[in-house]
Amino acid sequence: MYFAGPAEAQNGENHAEQRMERIATLKGKQCDAMPPDPRFAGSPGETRAFRFYRQMLSIRRFEETLLDLFDRGLLNGTTHCCIGQEANCVAVMEHLREEDHVFSNHRCHGHYLARTWDALGLLAEIMGKEAGICGGLGGSQHICAPGFKSNGVQGGIVPVAAGIAMAKRLRGIDALSVVFVGDGTLGEGVVYETLNIASLWQLPLLVVCENNEWSQSTPRQSNMWGDVRERFTAFGLPVHEIATTDVLQIDQAAEEAVAAARKASSPRALLIHTYRLCHHSKNDDNRPPQEVEGRWKEEPLVVHGERISSEDRERIRQEVDEAIEELVSSARSLT
Amino acid sequence: MIYARTLNDTLGRIIDADSRVVILGEDIEDPYGGAFKVTRGLSSGFPGRVRNTPISEGAIVGVAAGLAMEGFRPIVEIMFGDFVTLCFDQIVNHVTKFQAMYDNRVTCPVIVRTPSGGGRGYGPTHSQSLEKHFLGVPHLTTVAASAFHSPQQIFEKVLSQDAPVLHVEHKLLYPLPMATAETVSSQGLIFEQLGDGDALTTIAIRPVHREECRVTVVAYGYQATQAADVVLQLAMEEELFVELLVPAQIAPVDLEPLEASVAVTGSVVTVEEGTSGWAWGTEIAHQMVSRLYGQMRKAPIVLCSERSIIPSERRRESEMLVNPSKMKRAIREAAQ
Repeated sequence: MYFAGPAEAQNGENHAEQRMERIATLKGKQCDAMPPDPRFAGSPGETRAFRFYRQMLSIRRFEETLLDLFDRGLLNGTTHCCIGQEANCVAVMEHLREEDHVFSNHRCHGHYLARTWDALGLLAEIMGKEAGICGGLGGSQHICAPGFKSNGVQGGIVPVAAGIAMAKRLRGIDALSVVFVGDGTLGEGVVYETLNIASLWQLPLLVVCENNEWSQSTPRQSNMWGDVRERFTAFGLPVHEIATTDVLQIDQAAEEAVAAARKASSPRALLIHTYRLCHHSKNDDNRPPQEVEGRWKEEPLVVHGERISSEDRERIRQEVDEAIEELVSSARSLT
Repeated sequence: MIYARTLNDTLGRIIDADSRVVILGEDIEDPYGGAFKVTRGLSSGFPGRVRNTPISEGAIVGVAAGLAMEGFRPIVEIMFGDFVTLCFDQIVNHVTKFQAMYDNRVTCPVIVRTPSGGGRGYGPTHSQSLEKHFLGVPHLTTVAASAFHSPQQIFEKVLSQDAPVLHVEHKLLYPLPMATAETVSSQGLIFEQLGDGDALTTIAIRPVHREECRVTVVAYGYQATQAADVVLQLAMEEELFVELLVPAQIAPVDLEPLEASVAVTGSVVTVEEGTSGWAWGTEIAHQMVSRLYGQMRKAPIVLCSERSIIPSERRRESEMLVNPSKMKRAIREAAQ
C-alpha cells in the first residue's frame, strides 16, 4: 500500500499538537496529510490479512464514532457512512501510488482514510475545526488533500477526474485518476458524457462503481434500467466486475483493474456489487429490516474475520478502539 | 482590426507564450475554426492543445476543472451562450467551489468563453445573454468583451489571476473594429480610462466634461458600442450630454467609478441585453441608491430586453431586444 507519510509509530497523544504545528506552517499552502497512526493503518511489517482487517475495522469504528457523536449532539450537519463497504476502500487504495489521484463522493470517509489515514484531520474537519483538512469549511463531503478530493454533488466529479487524468497525460506522468461513484450516480448524464470523452481520448481513468443496491431510499430496480456493466462497456471501457464483500477477492480484482488501466493507459471500470449496511445519511433508512439483517451476516469484517484467530481479532480491536478514543479526545482539543 | 480577429490573435499569442494554456470546445479545430471562427488556425499551430470535444458542455467544463486544479490554464469555448446552462452545475458546484471549500488548497482557474446575444435572427435558444444567471455566483468573475477593451490585456490579466472567469462575447462584436482612444476621439468624444490603466478598468466616453453631463449611462459588451453612438447622437442632435461608462468586469463590478460619475450627473441608466427583472442593472441601481441616497435627481432606470423569448423574425426581435431608440428614450427621461 501507499503510506501517506513517515510510517514510524505515532502516539495519538502527540497528534493534536503536531497537527496544529502542521497547520500553522502550511496555512494557505498545499497541506500534507498527517503521518498515519499504525494502529489504524497497520505497519509495513504486518501481514496483508491482518492489515486489511485492521484498516476495515478502523474505518468502521471511525464512522460508528461519528454517528455516536451526532447522537450526542457533538457534530453539526450531516454525514454519509460507508458501513458495509469498507473492503472496497482498502482494497482499491492498496494498489494506488502517491502520484495517482482519487476523487470521491459524498460517501468519502472510508476512501479518504484508506488513502491517507489522516483520521485526525478528517475528524477535525467534520467537527468544523480550523485544524481540519479544509479548515472546517468542507465538512464531511468536501475534502482535499494531496492526491485526494471529494465533492457532494452527484456525477460532476467524473469529468473533473477525467480532467485530472488528462493533466497527468499531458504532463507525461504515468499515473491514474480514480473516481468513485455509486449506482445511483449512474442516473447523471454527465457521467456518460465523460465515459465517451475518456474512451475517445484514452485517458488513464479508473471508474470504481460501488453498486450498493440503494440510491438513498430507492432500490436500484426502480432507478435503473438494464445492466450496470453495460453502462461502461457501451463506451468501450473494459469492466472488472465482482460481487462480494470479501476484501481479498476485491483486492485481487482491484489489482487487476489498476494494473490493466496502468498498462493500457486507458479508461477502465471496476464494478463492485456491494451493500450499504447503514442508513443513507442519518436516521433515514426505510429498507426492509430482514434484507439488511441478512447482509450483516456477510459483511466484510465477518467474512474476512474468519481468517483471523479470535485472539488476534481481539488484539486488533483493542488497539483500534484505543486509537479511536485518543483520536476523539485529540480532535476535541483542537481549535 | 475587427474584434474577432483581435481575439483570435490574442488566443494564439497566449497559447504560444504560456505552456499551461489548453483550449477545448466544440468544432474549434481547423479547418472549421469554431462557429464564429475565433479559434481559426490555433489547432494547426498547437495540435493537441487545441482540441475538439464532443457535444458535452458539462463534461467539457468538468474536464477543464480537473486540468485547472492540476496547474493548467484551460480555456473552454461554449459555442453559444445559450448552452452555458448545460455547464451550470460545473460552474456553480465545482469550478467556483473548489478553492473556497478546500480552504485555498487548490485553485481552479477555468476560463469559459461564450458568444452570446441576439440581433442575428437565431431565435429563442441561440440568441440569449444569460450572464445575469451567473453574476451572483460567489468566486466567479464575469467579464464582458467590448470593442473598447483590448482582449490581449484582458486575457493576460485573467491568466495572471486564479479566479474562474466567464467571458461573454456578444456575437455582434465579432465583425466590429476595435475602438481605441484615437478612434473615439476622432468622433469628437472624450475617451478616458478610469482607474490605474488596469486591463479590467472602466472606460468613460463623453462629449464634454463630466460636470456638464446630465446622465450616467452604464453599459457593457455590444450595448456599449450602441450606447457610444447614442451618446454622440444625443450630443449632436439634442445637446443632451451624457457620460457613458463601460466596465469590462461586470461582476463583481467596480462601483467606485460609477459612484463618482453618478454623484456628479445625478442620474443613472443601466443598459444590458439580458431580459428584465433580477438583472445586472438592478444590482447597480441598488448600489447607487445605497451610496448616493438623497444626492440623485432621479431614480435609476434599468434598461433590459423584454422579459420573454427572443423572436427569430427580424422586426419583432429588434423590438424585443434593448436597442438605441429605447436607450435614447430612457436617457431623455433620466435627464429631466
